[in-house]
Amino acid sequence: MDKTLKKRILDLMITARCMEERMVKMSKSADGFFWLGGVGEEAFNIPMGLLAKRRPDENAPALDYDFFHFHYRNGATMIAMGMDPKDQIRQMHNRATDPFSGGRNFCNHYAYKPWNVCPVASTIQTQCSIAPGTARAQKRHGGDGLTIVTFGDAGTAEGDFHIGLNWATLPDWELPLLFICTNNHYGISTPYSQVHGQKRISDLAKGFGMKVANVNGLDVEESYEAIQKAMDYIRKNRKPYFLEAVVSRLHGHSSSSGANRVPEGKEVDPVHVWRDKLVAEGIIDKDFYKQAYDKETQRMTDILIEVRKEPAPLGSSIYDHIFAKA
Amino acid sequence: MATMAQAIRMALHYGEEHLGVTDIFGEDVGEPLGGVFTSTQGLKTTWNSPLDERGIIGCAMGLALAGQKPVCEVQFGDYIFNTIDLMKLAGNSCWSSVGQYNLPMVCMTIVGAGIRGSIYHSHSFESIASHIQGWKIVLPSRPVDAYGLMLSAIKDPNPVLYLYPKALIRVKGQELIPGEPSDFKTLKNMIDAPTGETLYHVIENRKNWKPQWPEGLEEYLVPIGKARVAREGKDLTVVSYSRHAVMAENVANKLAKEGISVEVIDLRTLVPWDEQAVYASVRKTGRCLVLNEDTPVSNFGEHLLRKIVENCFYELVAKPRLLAGADVPGVGLHPNLEEASVPHEPDIERAIREIVAEEP
Repeated sequence: MDKTLKKRILDLMITARCMEERMVKMSKSADGFFWLGGVGEEAFNIPMGLLAKRRPDENAPALDYDFFHFHYRNGATMIAMGMDPKDQIRQMHNRATDPFSGGRNFCNHYAYKPWNVCPVASTIQTQCSIAPGTARAQKRHGGDGLTIVTFGDAGTAEGDFHIGLNWATLPDWELPLLFICTNNHYGISTPYSQVHGQKRISDLAKGFGMKVANVNGLDVEESYEAIQKAMDYIRKNRKPYFLEAVVSRLHGHSSSSGANRVPEGKEVDPVHVWRDKLVAEGIIDKDFYKQAYDKETQRMTDILIEVRKEPAPLGSSIYDHIFAKA
Repeated sequence: MATMAQAIRMALHYGEEHLGVTDIFGEDVGEPLGGVFTSTQGLKTTWNSPLDERGIIGCAMGLALAGQKPVCEVQFGDYIFNTIDLMKLAGNSCWSSVGQYNLPMVCMTIVGAGIRGSIYHSHSFESIASHIQGWKIVLPSRPVDAYGLMLSAIKDPNPVLYLYPKALIRVKGQELIPGEPSDFKTLKNMIDAPTGETLYHVIENRKNWKPQWPEGLEEYLVPIGKARVAREGKDLTVVSYSRHAVMAENVANKLAKEGISVEVIDLRTLVPWDEQAVYASVRKTGRCLVLNEDTPVSNFGEHLLRKIVENCFYELVAKPRLLAGADVPGVGLHPNLEEASVPHEPDIERAIREIVAEEP
């Protein structure tokens, strides 16, 4: 990994972090309602977004590019893919200008057709039942496009998880599907160790005959390398791959539990780890981080001030888009 | 004259050839069986899925998200209940993404009692389905509509639930589907796959079999949302659909001999349903029976009744009624139990006589 990329990843991590922190604040003020997001997953989610073959726009043939079935912790991935944080602030502030849901859905619930970002739903793990469909279309189409489906550890108890694994490994129809489990060891308050007998979730995928890897999702380079390897394998072999990444959950499950930052030292902050590494390697000086962080924090505040002026959706719009017109 | 199974098969063939259908799939939908009710025999885009209804609906959604045109099947409506939250997602995808991701997919499943199917092969699903917004719901009662509704469902850019009555799947139609040969035997020889004593025989017998599709099949569309006046009358309107529309017609024919003139509306589509056709008929007759076999509480017929009362109140000369299935957890196996659980022709006749006899 060259210095430019390392620095770029840090910049993106800072942007994603500041965006999420702004949204946490919004959930505590009149600027937003419910928050949930991926603070603590940046070291994994930024590389994922950078390595994805993102569809450039709606005119590009969809099947030649990657499809995404995210859960609700992929804000950093979207930032790495090129999302303007303003669009996410719009969704958090439920504006009509929110390009993903027009003020209808929670933050981190993306749907963006120009980039093949399929609708994110709050229903846990249903994305694992849906993802084989896009992957099947890609398998038939050929090329090197793949489907990415992301989820947490708790959701792997749902039947849909096992549906996804099964449909991805049907004889003659192994799918170009990348399963990504970001394991933060909790389902809201319930520890993984209390409700799962499997030592590693990836062991379940292994049982389906799939290639798997476990990765420290708090380490940028390890994550980047593992994702690249998995994607290369899928793009070439048109077969599934399972990645389990250990991550942190630095603001709890969601605003329902306060969304306060966990006590210092309880969980690793991957952004700080990466910052310290780049300082040690002489890629940034030790003042850089604070300056960049303060600047992005201010930018998010400024964005919110602008977004507040944008129109709210009208009550009369609730009947729009129930059906597409024939 | 085709059966409903043959009509569906021909429609799917037309869909593959002319309307961009990419995948027809579900349990036993592909070779060698071509569907447990034979509706998917001989088609070129069929494939067998795992025994997994959630996976079927999910995969259809994914295919539709990727720009494909899937028609999936859940083998019996009784087994679709575990897919409801995925159906919710399919139904709200267009709305929640503010119009970005509409899902052009068809889900077909066979419903209703009438084949001694006992507790888990007799369920209705339309009332529950009508609570899953964003889906259109069609229910053919005769082969020609089964053909035309399937083509409309395939062409529709939204999820369409295609509910067809298992009791009528092998009943020959009385109207010709445009392009089909009029002789049943000719059609059978052309598009029915050879049978066999066991699965091994079936596989063997079908090894070299290819259907010979009628060449003149057309894009005959039954518009979604358009009811059919199955029988004209002036004394009472029966609003029904699926196999109970046929039963109502039979009863109406019988009562006509006594001078009781019954109009039968076959809705054909529940979402959206043809309000104008229903109101026009009820305003004409002043008397109304809503008829189906689903369980009675929160029955779609209750919605129909409410709308009829709101829109035709002053034209009604008798209390409108709903005749539906019994409020019981399932349809029991013994014929006595099945007949007590869903309306049959004597029940329909009784209800009609009661309403017609009512003095304003």
